[in-house]
Amino acid sequence: MNIIISNSSPLPIYTQIENRIKETIMSGRLAEGDMLPSMRALAKELHISIITTKRAYEELEKGGFIVTVAGKGCFVAAKNTQLMRESYLRQVEDSLRQAVAGARLRNIGPEELKEMIEIIYKGE
Amino acid sequence: MENAIEIKGLCKNWPSFRLKNVDITLPKGYIMGFIGANGAGKSTTISLLTGRAKADGGSCKIDGVPAEALSPRQKEDIGLVLDECPFPETLNYKEIDKFMKNIYSRWDSAKFLADCTAFGLNPKQPVSKYSKGMKMKLSIAAATCHGAKTLILDEATSGLDPVIRDEILDMLLDFVQDEENSVFMSSHITSDLEKVCDYITFINNGRIVFSMTKDEVDTTYGMLRCSAEEFEKIDKSRIVHSRKNAYSVDALVYKNKIGPGHIVDKASLEDIMLYYVKEGKH
Repeated sequence: MNIIISNSSPLPIYTQIENRIKETIMSGRLAEGDMLPSMRALAKELHISIITTKRAYEELEKGGFIVTVAGKGCFVAAKNTQLMRESYLRQVEDSLRQAVAGARLRNIGPEELKEMIEIIYKGE
Repeated sequence: MENAIEIKGLCKNWPSFRLKNVDITLPKGYIMGFIGANGAGKSTTISLLTGRAKADGGSCKIDGVPAEALSPRQKEDIGLVLDECPFPETLNYKEIDKFMKNIYSRWDSAKFLADCTAFGLNPKQPVSKYSKGMKMKLSIAAATCHGAKTLILDEATSGLDPVIRDEILDMLLDFVQDEENSVFMSSHITSDLEKVCDYITFINNGRIVFSMTKDEVDTTYGMLRCSAEEFEKIDKSRIVHSRKNAYSVDALVYKNKIGPGHIVDKASLEDIMLYYVKEGKH
């Protein structure tokens, strides 16, 4: 698993970790039941505070991506495809919202925007 | 959650300095950074906490035991590292190991010798020949080899190069891999604390300004960059301290009370200290 943390990112470190682990789970590199490193071990490896890794794990647990078994550690939760799709959709929606806000600011209409999306979608 | 350190309403009156109502709580298993200018009360607090001076009011508890009531056996649960190396200069680390064995009931010779080897200390050289960094590594190795659960460091990393400081941070993070262990460290090198500390406590003029998680510090404070005109329009209760120059105003602010449309950068611990200590004097 790769966890890369950027100090210049506007996202807090715990969100960066959360996103990286989510990506790893979604891509299938971490499978259901796989054990995650302990919060303390991860903090030591990345040279960050334990509370930061704890917060990241808590967010992941809240999102249903991992489960914590007391005394044993954190494990990747059973894949909830519906949940993952929702999460993907939300990500795309957020990016689109940004694009629309930008378009609005520069007086680019919905038709033109739709066209742009189609071109980009097909092109890639 | 059990607390490694619990300080409540601590007061001390020195002839030229007063420590006023200090409250600090460090839960077990975490690292707390203790910051403040020279003479702000850090070393006084640490002296009281470790029972090396008597408080004039309030209480300090380590692992639930009042500092003044710590038995010799309970003192072994505390590892104390000061900026000066406490060992006789003429001894080498193998000799130090021999006499430490007789002082501490749970002295772990094997771990101490292994740590010293890992740090590249020469067994034949006496302490007097060690560099400042080597002496510090020796002190920390000794403090972690007698079964201590709470490690207290007073300015342990000052005057050391970034490489050695990084190794020391590694040692501390290693130490808290055991959830029973905690670290309380004072330092002027705020970037070190920013990396590894879970909690930050800031003391100024003998009073605690704040004691909270590092995440809370990040979300509470910000650096506002604006023009003098914009600055005048902002409610002063949202500003901690400001600094004006000919072209702009920089201010330490309560981040979430400043509306959108302003430039608010992340405030580093150094910014926070500077603005409280220096600009706060005016």
